[in-house]
Amino acid sequence: MSDTAVFDEMGWPGETRAPYALVDAWLKSVPHEQLALKRREAEGLFRRIGITFAVYSEGGDPERLIPFDLIPRVLAQAEWQRLKLGLEQRVKALNAFIHDVYHDREILRAGRVPEQLVINNSQFRPEMAGFDLPGHIYSHIAGIDMVRTGPDQYYVLEDNCRTPSGVSYMVENREVMLRLFPDLFRRASVAPVAHYPDELLETLRSVPPPNCRGEPTVVLLTPGIHNSAYYEHAFLADEMGIELVEGEDLLVQGDVCYMRTTRGLARVDVIYRRIDDDYIDPLVFNPNSMLGVPGLYFAYRAGNVNLTNAIGAGIADDKAVYIHVPEMVRFYLGEEPLLSNVPTWDCRLPEDLKYVLAHLDELVVKAVHGSGGYGMLVGPHATQAQLAEFAALLRARPHDYIAQPTLALSTVPTFVENGIAPRHVDLRPFVLSGGDRIRIVPGGLTRVALREGSLVVNSSQGGGTKDTWVLEG
Amino acid sequence: MLARTAESLFWLARYLERADYVARLLQGAAHMSAARVDADRSSEWESAIIAAGCQPAFAAEHAQVSSAAVIHYLAFDTRNPSSIVSCIETARRNARTVRTALTADLWDTVNTTWLEMRGFDPGQLDDDRVAAFLDWVKVRSRLFHGAYTSTMLRADGFHFTRLGQFLERADNSARLLDVKYHVRLPNPEDVGGLVDYYQWLAILRVVGARRAYRVLFKGQVTPINVAELMILRPEFPRSLVFCFEQITTQLDKISGQDAQRTAEGKRLAHSLYAQLRFGRIDHIFGSGLHEYLTDVIERNDELGREIANGYLF
Repeated sequence: MSDTAVFDEMGWPGETRAPYALVDAWLKSVPHEQLALKRREAEGLFRRIGITFAVYSEGGDPERLIPFDLIPRVLAQAEWQRLKLGLEQRVKALNAFIHDVYHDREILRAGRVPEQLVINNSQFRPEMAGFDLPGHIYSHIAGIDMVRTGPDQYYVLEDNCRTPSGVSYMVENREVMLRLFPDLFRRASVAPVAHYPDELLETLRSVPPPNCRGEPTVVLLTPGIHNSAYYEHAFLADEMGIELVEGEDLLVQGDVCYMRTTRGLARVDVIYRRIDDDYIDPLVFNPNSMLGVPGLYFAYRAGNVNLTNAIGAGIADDKAVYIHVPEMVRFYLGEEPLLSNVPTWDCRLPEDLKYVLAHLDELVVKAVHGSGGYGMLVGPHATQAQLAEFAALLRARPHDYIAQPTLALSTVPTFVENGIAPRHVDLRPFVLSGGDRIRIVPGGLTRVALREGSLVVNSSQGGGTKDTWVLEG
Repeated sequence: MLARTAESLFWLARYLERADYVARLLQGAAHMSAARVDADRSSEWESAIIAAGCQPAFAAEHAQVSSAAVIHYLAFDTRNPSSIVSCIETARRNARTVRTALTADLWDTVNTTWLEMRGFDPGQLDDDRVAAFLDWVKVRSRLFHGAYTSTMLRADGFHFTRLGQFLERADNSARLLDVKYHVRLPNPEDVGGLVDYYQWLAILRVVGARRAYRVLFKGQVTPINVAELMILRPEFPRSLVFCFEQITTQLDKISGQDAQRTAEGKRLAHSLYAQLRFGRIDHIFGSGLHEYLTDVIERNDELGREIANGYLF
């Protein structure tokens, strides 16, 4: 990948692009020592607020900070509007797809998505078949990972339809920026993001279970303080003013879900759960789970409680199913997709596998069920040994992998060790689908690969985050 | 509110109160030991271990009582669940699990305490630094008390927090006073002597009540007055009667209780409170101070178990 092919969103080293005029002027005026000072101040704030992220299996400090870069990533209003329409369309199609595969399976019968891919998928939950959900919504909170390769070239990298995380960073990054650089915001007009928790609560309240009487009681179910995203769970529950519960706080009696309070049992109607399907009900799924609630599935089926996101929503964010999302848009909405997929080779197809093996050093290979940047190969940056290891994996378990071209991800100026330099970024906007409508807070979480040349933005792999600005008007 | 939230708030407050008490005990022991005229300087350190309720566990690991061993065990030993660092660690863990029930100021207080604690290197502590550490613990504890008192809604979360703080404080005050029962005097005839006098004075020093004593009693420090201050004086915020006034008030204010399940806890609290309100110090001394305090400590423990039972902890 040659450097000339990389699109820098500020326009570096050439002419500054319009949305970045203010940021550029600011960077030219602010001494680096001051930035370094502010960065230390930001770290102090994150530590004090307790915005930490646990990284598994690595020893060291279990409560780690995700590096925060002070230089914002900026989108013009017109750029954002385009993305927003595409995101709404895509998430509508994803929800329609999940509903369909658990009901009439029209898209499979029409041969537009391979039946085996869905039915034999470990994310497919036969327990959900024929079960009608409020508003037919499965992925109420979706995080769509986007990358950019040019002024008008955006691609969806993957859809996160289960329990996407990171939204607390979207809100807190802005909060910290407002504290550190109030003058910067006086000169710019940046769309606010602080109302995300309100929008989320509205969304959760818009999908009460059929047997709910009156105002639904909403809770957030967390695996507990050892979960890597615990801070986010506490943050969201706090901002929404709802109870943050763990599995042991809930119980099911007579197919009704209750929480244990100091006054006795209180009925629960909607559970925003941040626990995976496998762990949510030991009676139905993983019997060894200590995190979930025995009998919750039956309360769910009885229409006495609703879960967000739905059990089985993961069928839509499998990386091989991903290939077919544009087709879903056409099939369910009768529209042309506004957002493009990255061209993807499906290694279960012999033709595709052959191509991938022959071009391994150019491609990115991902495990179909992987996440967090684990189990992935970036061909151009891999050693011979890594290439050989992946070739063997691909031959042994081709259906577990897909491959994509190595995209020249756009860069944004970033404050690194030796000054300001371009670093690759992605964007995860959060799409809220309620019984009434779709809500999207402008922007999302920008993740940045802090190592020079690196394309891996995951926080578990040394990535950082940035505040994401959508300019008003 | 969630039963688990109530439980965590209760223990958050208990552990920070305990950290404060242990810091006071260590400062008291250091002062008493330095002021002592005879050779038996380990006695004060032993009494600190007893007053902290850690005597059996400490003895199991240490053949001899020395100032260094006691300071390490009560302040820094992470294997001792009642050491100051363990208390702060546990308090912060409780706070983390119920962040949503804490005000921002309260979380900041607890979390910053924990962050600052991690900056102390126990291997690098000489007498001055230990003293500074203990002062710091007391400051952080006051800050916690102020932060929750001035920022929390007067609702169940507050009531459980205060309940935890005063249940712990009652236990601490009773144990502190009872220490006199265990401390060795050089000779039996020293009762009422100089060493004895300094030991009673030291109790006042630990609870920061020398001035309060002068205001209320205006004279020499006598055992009977110190005991009255610590047990029966409603003006003194560490007396047992003050603690139980707080405990009964909070118990009565917790909303929407299950009358049956909480009845025994309330009965225990109110009967002990009545006994303290109408108690007489000469009667208490007449039937034995040590026996009286042992009974209070046991009933206080039982109350703690009943609260857990009554509110689904």
